[in-house]
Amino acid sequence: MSPTDFILWPVLAALLFFTRKQALMKPLLALTLLLLYNRFCSPGFFDLEIKEGHLYGRLIDILNQGAKVMLLALGMSLVIATGGVDLSVGAIMAVAGAVLAQGVAARGWSPATAITAALGVSALLGLWNGLLVAFLRIQPIVATLILMVAGRGLAMLITDGQIINFENPSLVFLGNGYFLGLPFTLTLVLVMLGLTAFLTRRTALGLFLEATGDNETACRYAGLPARNVKFLTYVFAAFCAGLAGLIATSNIKSADANNIGLYLELDAILAVVVGGAALTGGRFHLLAAMVGALFIQTLTTTLYAANVSADIAPVPKALVIIAVCLLQSPVLRPKLAKLLAKKERPA
Amino acid sequence: MKRPDPRLLPTLASLGVLLLLFGLGCLRFPDLLSPRVILNLFGDNSCLGVAAIGATFVILSGGIDLSVGAVVAFTGILVASLLGHGVPPLAAFALALLVGTLFGTLMGWLIQTFELPAFLVTLGGMFLARGLAFIIHPQSIAIEHAFYADTLPGFSLHIGSTTNAAGRAIPLLLPFTAVCLGAATLIGTLLARSTAFGRDIYAIGSSESSARLMGVPVARTKILVYGLAGFMSAFAGLVDTFYKQSGNPASFVGLELEAIAAAVIGGTLLRGGVGYIPGTLVGVLILGLIQTLVTFQGNLSSWWTKIAIGGLLFVFILLQQVLSKRKA
Amino acid sequence: MPPLLQLRGVSKRFTGVVALDGVDFNAYSGKVHALMGENGAGKSTLIKALTGVHPRDAGEITLDGKHISPTSPREAEAVGVSTVYQEVNLIPDLSIAENICLGRQPKRLGLLRWAGIRERARAALARLGLEKLDVNQTLSACSIAIQQLVALARALDVDAKVLILDEPTSSLDAREVEELFAVVRKLRDQGMAIIFVSHFLDQVYSLADRITVLRNGKLVGEYIAAQLPRLQLVAHMMGRNLAEVEALQHRAPPGTPPGKTILETKQLGRKGSIEPTDLHVRQGEVLGFAGLLGSGRSELARLLFGVDHATSGELHVDGEKTSFGSPRDAIQRGFAFTPEDRKIQAILPNLTVRENLVIALQARRGLWSRLPRAEQDALVEKFIKVLKIKTSGPEQLIKNLSGGNQQKVILARWLVTEPRLLILDEPTRGIDVGAQADIERLLAELRDQGLAIVFICSDASELSRNSQRLIVLRDHAKVADLAGADVSEHGVMHAIAHSGPSAP
Repeated sequence: MSPTDFILWPVLAALLFFTRKQALMKPLLALTLLLLYNRFCSPGFFDLEIKEGHLYGRLIDILNQGAKVMLLALGMSLVIATGGVDLSVGAIMAVAGAVLAQGVAARGWSPATAITAALGVSALLGLWNGLLVAFLRIQPIVATLILMVAGRGLAMLITDGQIINFENPSLVFLGNGYFLGLPFTLTLVLVMLGLTAFLTRRTALGLFLEATGDNETACRYAGLPARNVKFLTYVFAAFCAGLAGLIATSNIKSADANNIGLYLELDAILAVVVGGAALTGGRFHLLAAMVGALFIQTLTTTLYAANVSADIAPVPKALVIIAVCLLQSPVLRPKLAKLLAKKERPA
Repeated sequence: MKRPDPRLLPTLASLGVLLLLFGLGCLRFPDLLSPRVILNLFGDNSCLGVAAIGATFVILSGGIDLSVGAVVAFTGILVASLLGHGVPPLAAFALALLVGTLFGTLMGWLIQTFELPAFLVTLGGMFLARGLAFIIHPQSIAIEHAFYADTLPGFSLHIGSTTNAAGRAIPLLLPFTAVCLGAATLIGTLLARSTAFGRDIYAIGSSESSARLMGVPVARTKILVYGLAGFMSAFAGLVDTFYKQSGNPASFVGLELEAIAAAVIGGTLLRGGVGYIPGTLVGVLILGLIQTLVTFQGNLSSWWTKIAIGGLLFVFILLQQVLSKRKA
Repeated sequence: MPPLLQLRGVSKRFTGVVALDGVDFNAYSGKVHALMGENGAGKSTLIKALTGVHPRDAGEITLDGKHISPTSPREAEAVGVSTVYQEVNLIPDLSIAENICLGRQPKRLGLLRWAGIRERARAALARLGLEKLDVNQTLSACSIAIQQLVALARALDVDAKVLILDEPTSSLDAREVEELFAVVRKLRDQGMAIIFVSHFLDQVYSLADRITVLRNGKLVGEYIAAQLPRLQLVAHMMGRNLAEVEALQHRAPPGTPPGKTILETKQLGRKGSIEPTDLHVRQGEVLGFAGLLGSGRSELARLLFGVDHATSGELHVDGEKTSFGSPRDAIQRGFAFTPEDRKIQAILPNLTVRENLVIALQARRGLWSRLPRAEQDALVEKFIKVLKIKTSGPEQLIKNLSGGNQQKVILARWLVTEPRLLILDEPTRGIDVGAQADIERLLAELRDQGLAIVFICSDASELSRNSQRLIVLRDHAKVADLAGADVSEHGVMHAIAHSGPSAP
C-alpha cells in the first residue's frame, strides 16, 4: 500500500458512489477498472515522488499528457452536441504552434503577443469552419475536411517548412511548467473546463446546443438561433484546439507542422464518445468527456508501462472504439437492456 | 443543343481543371509535355488511384471509409513479410487481397447489422490495421524477390519509343503500376455503370428508404461495398509494393483523406448517389499534377500541394452545394 | 361481373388501437374506385394491409378469384398489385429509365444492357402516352408531376392488374392533376382496376366510378359516385347523418366583442402552396381555418408565422406593413405557433418537460440572459398545474409523455412567452378526449383574455364550436368567409362541397 492508494481509491469510489449523473458513471467505471488493472499488474504505476516541490510519476504524466485531448474534447463536446463534428482541430493545433514559434523565434514578438496571435488565428480558422457548416450548410465532416487537409500546409507556410525551435522560458513553461506542485497544463484545463461549464450551464448556451442537436426543425419553429449557435461551437472548438496546439508546441519547444496534433482530432472525438455522447447530437457531458480523455491517455500509458511499443498502441484503441460503438448501438442496446432486466427479475 | 446531364457537371469541371492545369503547366515548363513525365504521372499515383476508386464506391453508397491508408500500409508489410518468409508471390497476393476484403466486409457488417456510424467503425478499422501492420513487422522491409526484380518489369506496357538527347532510341514504357491503375479504373467503371450491384450502390446513396421500397437488397449491398473498398485498399497496397519494392507499416498516414479528396474533386458527391469512377481518376491525376508542378517549380515548397488541394476541395464542395441547391 | 379484387373482413390493430375493424372492399376491372375518409380513418392502413407492408390480423384478400397474401410490396407487385405513393419513392439521382427498371434491368452476360433499359422505359412510358419524355433525364430534374408519372410507369412495368394511387395528387397543381388523370383514365379503359385514395372531393368526383368511405377504421359504405350527393359524402366522412348535420344548431360562444385588428393579409400567397388570400384576425376572437387535410390550411399558417416566405401580397401587423424573414421575427411581434406535426416540428424528444417548456421564452430572451433555474421551475410547476399536464415531474423526458400531454407542454411553451396572437394547427389531433376538452376550454379563456387566435382543425364540429369566424380553404385557396350563423358544421361542409370553382 502506498500513500497514493489512500487518496486515489477512496476518491474514485466516492465519485462513483455519489455521482448522480448516469452519464459520468460508465466512463468513470471504465477508468477505475483500467487503473485497478494497473494497480496489480503494472508495478510502479502509482509511484509518486516530490522533486523540488513538484510531483512526478505516471499518474501525473497521464494528467499532463492528457491535457491536450481534454482541451480538444471540451470544444468537440459542444460541436458534437449540435450533431456536427470537427475534423480540423489537429491541423489547427499545428497552425497555432506555427504562429507561436514563428512569432517568437523569427519575428521577435513578446510571448503574450505570440500567444494572442496564435489563439486569434485559431479562432479565425474556426470562423471559417463555422461559416461553411452553419451558413453554407455543408455537412460538417466535409466542411472541416478542407482545413484538415489544408491546415498543415498552412502551418508549414507560416514556418516556411522549418521546424522552429524556441527557448523562451514563458513559452516553455506553458507546456512543461509546474504550478502549485502540479503541471501547469492541468491549471489550463481546469480554467477552460470552468469557463466552458460556466458558458454552457450559466448562460442558455447548453440548452440551445442540446436543443439544436435534438431537433433543429423544432428549434426553428421555437425561434431559437440554431445557426448562430452552431457557428459559435466551431469557433470555440478551434480556440480550444489553439490552446492545445500551444501546449503541444511548448512540450517539444518547437513547432513541427507535420506531427503536432496528428490524429488528435480522432482521440478527441473518441473521448467525447467514450463520455457517452452520441454523434447524432443532443445531450453532452463535459466531465464525462474529460474522463473519456483521461481513459484514452491512461490506456496509452498502461501500454507504455507494459512495454508495448507505441506503434501497436492503436490496436487496443480500435477495440475500445468498437466496444463503445456496440454498447451504444441502437440495435444492441435494447437487447442488452432486456438481458439485464431478465437477470434482475428473479433476484 | 442538348444540355449535358447535370450529374456530369462536377466531373466535367474537374476534367477542365486538369486540362487547364496541364496547359498552364506546359506553357511554364515545356518539359511537362514529355511522354515520360506523363507516363510517370500515371505510374506514380497508381496506389492512390486504386485506393481512391475503392473509396469512391463507399462514398457513392453514402458511407465513408477512414481505414484506407492503414489497410494499404498493412497489405504492403504483409506481402513484404510473406515474401520474405518464402511464400510464393501469387499466394501472398491472393492472401493479402483476401484479408483486405474480409477486413472491409467485417467493418461493413458491423456498420449495417448494428447500425453503427461508419465514421467510428472505420476509424476503429484504421487503428486496428495500423497496429496490426506494426505487429507484423515494426520496420520497413525491402522486397528482394526474383518476381519483383525480374518478372515485374516485363509487365510494363511498351507503347512506343522516343529518342534521347544523344539521338538514341529508348523505349517508352507504361509502368506496370499504371497498368494496374488502368485495370482498376476499367473494372471499377464497369462495376459501377453496368452491373445491378453498381446501380444499387447509387440507389442506396441517393435515397436508402426509397431503395428499400423498390426492392434493392440494401443490407447486402452496403456490406459488400465496404468489402469492395477493403479489396481495393489491399490491391492499392500490392501496387505500392510493385512501385517501391518494399513494405512499410508507417506509410500512407492520411491516404484516406487524399482518396476522399480525389473522389470529391473528381465529381463524387459526398452525400452519395452521384459520381463517376473515371472522374476519380481525373481527381487523382489533378492531385498528382499539382505535386509534379510544385516539384517542377523548384522554389515552391511542398506544403503548397496541401494548400492547393484544400483550395480545390473547397471549390468543388462549393460547386456541389450550388448544384444541389439549384436542384432543390 | 364479380369484383377483380376483394377484401373481406380485414382487421388490424396496433398496440391496443384498432386501426381497421372488419373492413370489406371491392375493386372492379375497368373502374376507378375511390377510398375516402378523414385523417386516421384507416385508408392508408387498408392499403398497407393489402400490399403487405403491415401483416393483417384477420380477413382475406382474393384477386381474380384466387387467395393472395403478400408479405411485402415486392410480393404484391409480383401478383399484380402495384402502388404509387403520395411521396415519390424513387431514386432522385438516377435517370428516369433507371428508376423504371431498377431491380429488373435487362442484362446480357451479367452486364446491364443500357439500350434495353432505355427501350423498356420508353415502352412503359408510352403506355401512359408519354412518348416524348427524355428517359435519360435525371429524376430530380423533373417536376413532381413527372416524377409521379414515372412512379406510375414503374408500377405498370410489371404486369399490374390493380393499381393503387395513394394520395398521388397532394403536391400537384391543377394542370398536373389533369395530366395524371388523363393517364389514369387511359389505364382504366385498358381494363385495369384502379384504387384512388384521396380527400379532394372535386378530384374524386371527376375520376371515380365508385366510392368507399371509411371512418374510425370501420366501413361506412360503398356507393356509386354518380348517385352520391357531395353533401351526403361529406356527412358520411364526418360521421353524421344528413338530418343531424342540418339540425345542428349553431352555438355562438359569447365573448367580449373583438378588439382591434392585430394581423391582416392582403393577397398573401406562396407559389405552389397557397393562392393569394385575404384575412384578418382581431384581439379577443378565434378565427378558424376550415378545410380538409391538404387544403392549404397549414401552408397558410406557416406563411403567417414566417416559416415559409410569401411570394405575393402583403402582411400587416398592427396596421403596419411588415414581412417575416423567420419565425424569430414573428415571435418578436408577439406571435406564437403550435405546428401541425408535433413530432417533427415541435417537441425536442430527448429533452425534459422543463426544457421543452422554456425553450421559446429562452430563445426570445437570448443567449446571455438565462432564465434562472428557480424561475424555470416556478413556471413549469405553474403550467403543469394550470394545464393539468400529466408527467412524473418536470425533469421527465418529453418523449415519455402521452400525445395530449406533449401538446399541452408545447402550448405552455408559447403561453409563457405571453403572446398576442396564437396560431394552433391541429392542436387536438391524436390526443385523448379529456386533454381535448382541456385545450378547448383554455382556448376560450385565452380568447376572453384578449388574445387573437387562429385555430386550425379537421373536425368541423370542433372548429365551429370554438371559432367566431371561419375561412374555408379548398385545393390551396380560400373559397369562403363564414361568420355569424354560418359558423357551423353544416356551413363548413356546404362551403367545402359547393363554394366556387376549384383553384386554377
